[in-house]
Amino acid sequence: MSDRGELRRTPLYERHLALGARMVEFGGWEMPVQYSGIIDEHRAVREAAGLFDISHMGEVEVRGPDALPFLQRLVTYDVAAIPPGQSNYALMCLPNGGIIDDTFIYNLGDSFLIVINAANTTKDVAWMHECAKGFDVVVTDVSERTGMLALQGPAAEALLTRVADADLAALPFHGVARGVVTGIPAIVARTGYTGEDGFELFVAAEDAARLWDELLDAGRDAGLKPCGLGARDSLRFEACLALYGHEITEETNPYEARLGWVVKLDKGDFIGREALQRIKQEGVQRRLTGFEMVGRGIARGDYEIRDLDGAPIGRVTSGMPSPTLGKNLGMGYVPVALSTEGSEFEIVVRDRPVRARAVKMPFYRPRYKK
Amino acid sequence: MAFATPAELQYSKTHEWIRIEGDEATVGITDYAQDALGDVVYVDLPQVGTRFEADGVFGAVESVKAASDLYLPVAGEIIAVNEALINTPELINKDPYGEGWIVKIRVAPGVGALMSAEAYAAFVDSIKH
Repeated sequence: MSDRGELRRTPLYERHLALGARMVEFGGWEMPVQYSGIIDEHRAVREAAGLFDISHMGEVEVRGPDALPFLQRLVTYDVAAIPPGQSNYALMCLPNGGIIDDTFIYNLGDSFLIVINAANTTKDVAWMHECAKGFDVVVTDVSERTGMLALQGPAAEALLTRVADADLAALPFHGVARGVVTGIPAIVARTGYTGEDGFELFVAAEDAARLWDELLDAGRDAGLKPCGLGARDSLRFEACLALYGHEITEETNPYEARLGWVVKLDKGDFIGREALQRIKQEGVQRRLTGFEMVGRGIARGDYEIRDLDGAPIGRVTSGMPSPTLGKNLGMGYVPVALSTEGSEFEIVVRDRPVRARAVKMPFYRPRYKK
Repeated sequence: MAFATPAELQYSKTHEWIRIEGDEATVGITDYAQDALGDVVYVDLPQVGTRFEADGVFGAVESVKAASDLYLPVAGEIIAVNEALINTPELINKDPYGEGWIVKIRVAPGVGALMSAEAYAAFVDSIKH
């Protein structure tokens, strides 16, 4: 992509170097891919807790009298069903139903906070400004001044209880509130991208390093480990959470990506509604499908998928050896007829077709707070 | 961090090492390569008897995150593969120049461009910065 010299750095860049992280380019940012090792960090999150720097994510503030009607037009989910103090996953779609980005919308009562993908921030913000015309609303890209950390894993709640206002650790699933964590003003949400219980914390960029240090310190005895983008990817993969640019793109629609639950056709008009209604009526041709490798080999993003007669039928979107399940798993788009559990097809691994079998998604059942 | 580069071996730009003894040779990946790759979880080994040109892809080593092709530093025929790697691929991380060897080959005449340990260490230094 861009020259390494042009890569952006989060407020925690120096911390990552000091912890011996391996740094890589991701979405225009120089980010830690691992510290102690992907498998070690992955296990820490499944069994104890992990701390991730996700300050590369984009954050957009939406406020004003028309904030709700604007968001209702912008995304596929019913934003009126997200009360103050709650949040939900939502998609921004093109008029043809293709996915511009997947987002998380937090209702803060006086405003909405929209979290978007780092690599899409410029595109998304331009699109949101374009769509805001005619609405009495202020759309502000606050990415630069916002630090974002994810504290994930079964030990996250107990850790937060020790360092934050009591009501924060007691937030319900997808709940969000303002409060104080290790003496630092923060927005705290019970959300994440790992398939575990946990929290995401938004703070002023200048407070991010202090929050990082305090949390790592407070969590050391409980097994908290700094985790990089490698474990973030393997964790979300096991929970079958979509990654933009892989499972979802402008060329995929929510129904084939198994995200129909995020599309609320009856909430009133929104961008992409007509196309999505038609796609739903006509039915999809292909579907995102989870599979397990039957033969020896590991599927990777963009590998070709063939039917058992050798004809190309699709592409892998993500694939890797699952650290928790000990199997070589993958996701990819295949024709609907081959998308049901038990269907067999082949993944082309370095010119060699390797048998794979469709399995139930998600691979790992998320353990969210009820 | 300094990576081990044993003086008696020769090296390729794609981070394989080769120990040539007469017309036979042993091939593996370097300490730098195993560190850059992270935990090796799978090794794709070639069939014994297969012939490869110099720089031909003879297999792959894979971590959770990525697959990395293996290039044969010189032309030759595979005469043995390290079958211990099938069940314990982490030998590549633990002992890249010893128990983590990957294949043995019969070297074809006309050995190509290889680097000495000193030249390889300088090369790794240049790509790290």
